[in-house]
Amino acid sequence: MLASIPTEHGLYLAAALFLLGLIGVLVRRNLIFMLLSLEIMLNATGLAFIVAGARWGEPEGQIMFMLILAVAAAEVAVALALILLIYRRFGTLDADRISGMRG
Amino acid sequence: MEITFYIAAIIAVVSTIMVITRLNAVHALLYLIVSLLAVALIFFLLGAPFAAALEVIIYAGAIMVLFVFVIMMLNLGKESVAQENRWFTPYLWLGPGILSFVLLIELVYLLATDSSALSSAEMITPQQVGVALFGPYLLAVELAAMLLLTGLVGAYHLGREEPEEKP
Repeated sequence: MLASIPTEHGLYLAAALFLLGLIGVLVRRNLIFMLLSLEIMLNATGLAFIVAGARWGEPEGQIMFMLILAVAAAEVAVALALILLIYRRFGTLDADRISGMRG
Repeated sequence: MEITFYIAAIIAVVSTIMVITRLNAVHALLYLIVSLLAVALIFFLLGAPFAAALEVIIYAGAIMVLFVFVIMMLNLGKESVAQENRWFTPYLWLGPGILSFVLLIELVYLLATDSSALSSAEMITPQQVGVALFGPYLLAVELAAMLLLTGLVGAYHLGREEPEEKP
């Protein structure tokens, strides 16, 4: 009793989520929110892979999704450590206040 | 049966919009967890139950708990909310937002003109995924293991307290 969902509709959803994440990265100035928007974009990419895997009935889509999951986990660990470091060193998470270089 | 997909899709989009417009970080996290759960339901509907379980356990569970811990450690508070509110003015993001919207319309048009292919949604069992993962894709598993170890070491090195500088 599986639903037969049109492939385009799944891709529309993935594209909409990806664009929302992109808009989040562009709009927000807090580093935590920019990282959350990056997570939304990665998740939308995984959704596109799962939709493609369901379209052709192959397990490769889910394997790519797992690799994206591993990349997201490693990226979040390193990025959150960087955010802690930035907050300790600059006392702010405003991406505009820390964008200047000390050169 | 198909209506569940559209309801879950609407929930995912609405909660994601709420994520990128909240000013309080914890509220945004709660909405993002709702969005991830909706996407997990969609994975299940598309015949990928293993991916749905991984989405709930790793994304909605582990990664979001990491975010909550860091937000609690930072304790951003009221002045951060006020600062985000000041930056949330339209003139900064109106241009990129409109361009992205045009791109979305273009993509929808391109996909809608060729609407012949329907997904023959058949269940892909975790056994199939595991056989493929440890057969032809064994090298990818090794690479993912190396990547995760690198992330662990890097996060530990970056996140430790800096030693006091000697005068």
